[in-house]
Amino acid sequence: MNFKPTLWKLVFLVIICLGIYSAYVRYAHGLGAVSNMSDQFPWGIWIGFDVLCGVMLAAGGFIVTGAVHLLNIERLHSVVRPTVLTAFLGYCLVIVGLCFDLGRPWFIWHQLIYMNPHSVMFEVGFCVMFYTTVLFFEFLPNVLERLHWKKPLRLVKGIMAGLVVAGILLSTLHQSSLGALYLIMPSKLHPFWYTPALPFFFFGSAVAVGLAMTIFESSLSSRAFGRQLELPVLIELGGVLLVVLWVNALLRLEDFFHRDQIGNILKPSYEAYFLWLELTLAFVIPITLLSFKKVRRSPNGLYLASVICLLGFVTNRLNVSVTGFETWVGHHYLPKWTEFMITLAIIATGFALFGLAVKYLPIFPAVERAGVEGPVEVVASKAIPASVLVEHAGY
Amino acid sequence: MSKALLYDATMCIGCKQCEVACAQQNKLPYSDEVAAESVQSEHKYTVVLTRQEKFMRRLCMHCEHPACASVCPVGAFHKTAEGPVVYDVWKCIGCRYCMVACAFAQPKYEWQSLNPRVRKCIMCPDRVKAGQQTACAEICPTGATKFGERDDLIKEAESRIQQSPSNYIPHIYGLTEVGGTNVLLLSSVPFEAFGYPKSDKLGETPLPEYTGRVMSKIPDFIPLWSLVLGGVYWITHRREDVAAAEAEEKKRQPKDGAR
Repeated sequence: MNFKPTLWKLVFLVIICLGIYSAYVRYAHGLGAVSNMSDQFPWGIWIGFDVLCGVMLAAGGFIVTGAVHLLNIERLHSVVRPTVLTAFLGYCLVIVGLCFDLGRPWFIWHQLIYMNPHSVMFEVGFCVMFYTTVLFFEFLPNVLERLHWKKPLRLVKGIMAGLVVAGILLSTLHQSSLGALYLIMPSKLHPFWYTPALPFFFFGSAVAVGLAMTIFESSLSSRAFGRQLELPVLIELGGVLLVVLWVNALLRLEDFFHRDQIGNILKPSYEAYFLWLELTLAFVIPITLLSFKKVRRSPNGLYLASVICLLGFVTNRLNVSVTGFETWVGHHYLPKWTEFMITLAIIATGFALFGLAVKYLPIFPAVERAGVEGPVEVVASKAIPASVLVEHAGY
Repeated sequence: MSKALLYDATMCIGCKQCEVACAQQNKLPYSDEVAAESVQSEHKYTVVLTRQEKFMRRLCMHCEHPACASVCPVGAFHKTAEGPVVYDVWKCIGCRYCMVACAFAQPKYEWQSLNPRVRKCIMCPDRVKAGQQTACAEICPTGATKFGERDDLIKEAESRIQQSPSNYIPHIYGLTEVGGTNVLLLSSVPFEAFGYPKSDKLGETPLPEYTGRVMSKIPDFIPLWSLVLGGVYWITHRREDVAAAEAEEKKRQPKDGAR
């Protein structure tokens, strides 16, 4: 292996080291020492970002598998494997994130025996658990093909239809339920974000983000691994994304109108600034960009639009989970640096694992062919994939 | 019939005996420093607040329909028949949804602990079950905190307001808030001055109903949505089968003709 020290490799290393230190503080000194969470702010970015955004960013899994296996849109086939990989890694990392956030993670299995069917959290937990299992099986063919285990491979492919249907069902449930978590706080969450339609908006944004994430990761990995970009597929996804964004935006607008919030939104206030930021990034800029045929047909345009859209919906989730509570609490919450480091280390691990998987498993069609024709090294770049990816994450 | 507490701020002299009794009952540390703390925390379940010579107690409201019990994924909280909302530390996984969901921000957390628990007033459930009153009510020298049947206490609160209307805001806090609570409050100054959420903001709907409306649809949603998804799969792949069969047919036809 070639260990060329580059700036981004160094950054990756620093993040991981600081992340390990933060993890040590978390388990040796408790949540109070590692985070700025408090009785007033019991949920910080570990819930707001790691869980709410993590699950949303992994939504591509059920969207793309649904489109290909359920709707039988064969031409999207080339993006299924990378998307399933992203989703599988995403959900695994959400669970890792939860192990930092839960006060008593060693009792996480209590979910299985002390069930409270009235709890939205119970439903989310159960769905996430089952869906991660489903994703594991959807991801498994990659490994089995690599190992040339024909029989189990046929077995998994035989139940794929059932897996896909189960995956969509579970995703519909928990993606929307993440929004339903906040329904019980009508007096605490700011009216910009508290709406009975929260479950619908969380699901709608998951669909948009699933599409945007597929464009994002395809563009990114084509740059990182020097592969051909499946541009026609991405152009098509970009078109669908535009429609989904419009639907999302119009529903949000209707909801604001219905709840008499339009006047408040236009008035400058602390919450309004964050809402403006969210709406601009999630809707105004990406919709404008994607409306131009030229942008929609260019790799860079699609990449830019999807990244901005992702940032917008991440802002949305953070607004729901953090900004929306600040007025009720009466003070601001800013994560401690160790809190940030754990989140960053989790993201960095995700990129690294993605890079490793692409290197050793037939994730991309090109790799598949190389696997048949000769040694895998043909495709795997000599640089460490993780660092390459982290490099691009900095964009 | 459930038990409740009636706290009448106009009768309170701010002696903090209830704080002391609560600490003793729950084996919490109590000292001059703790007495001086004016916030509830994992070691202070109840607090007597002072604002311009007026007093106000804060403690868990023991909602008739507790949000904490409804949101807990492992059912670590439950409302007992007698009224107290109690906590089972063994079940708790530490997700802190109860803290986020509680409209009165009552559950507190042991942030410094490596095996943290959620802490809040549990209304002395053992004493209540044994027919005794809570520690805070028993020790109160003026009767500002009174223990009894909820219905009786409501009647008493109403008559107190009626007898000296100038002494009270004409409102029993907890009578209808979030569907009613087992802690009832009377005061001469607005409750908001002491951090209690405004009644009109809380509303009279039990909080679990907001999520219940969604959760109750899930049992119907699962089979319906599975059926739709399965149907879509069948249709899209049926087309493929039909197309394949037709192609087969076409291939065969020329052969048939040749025969």
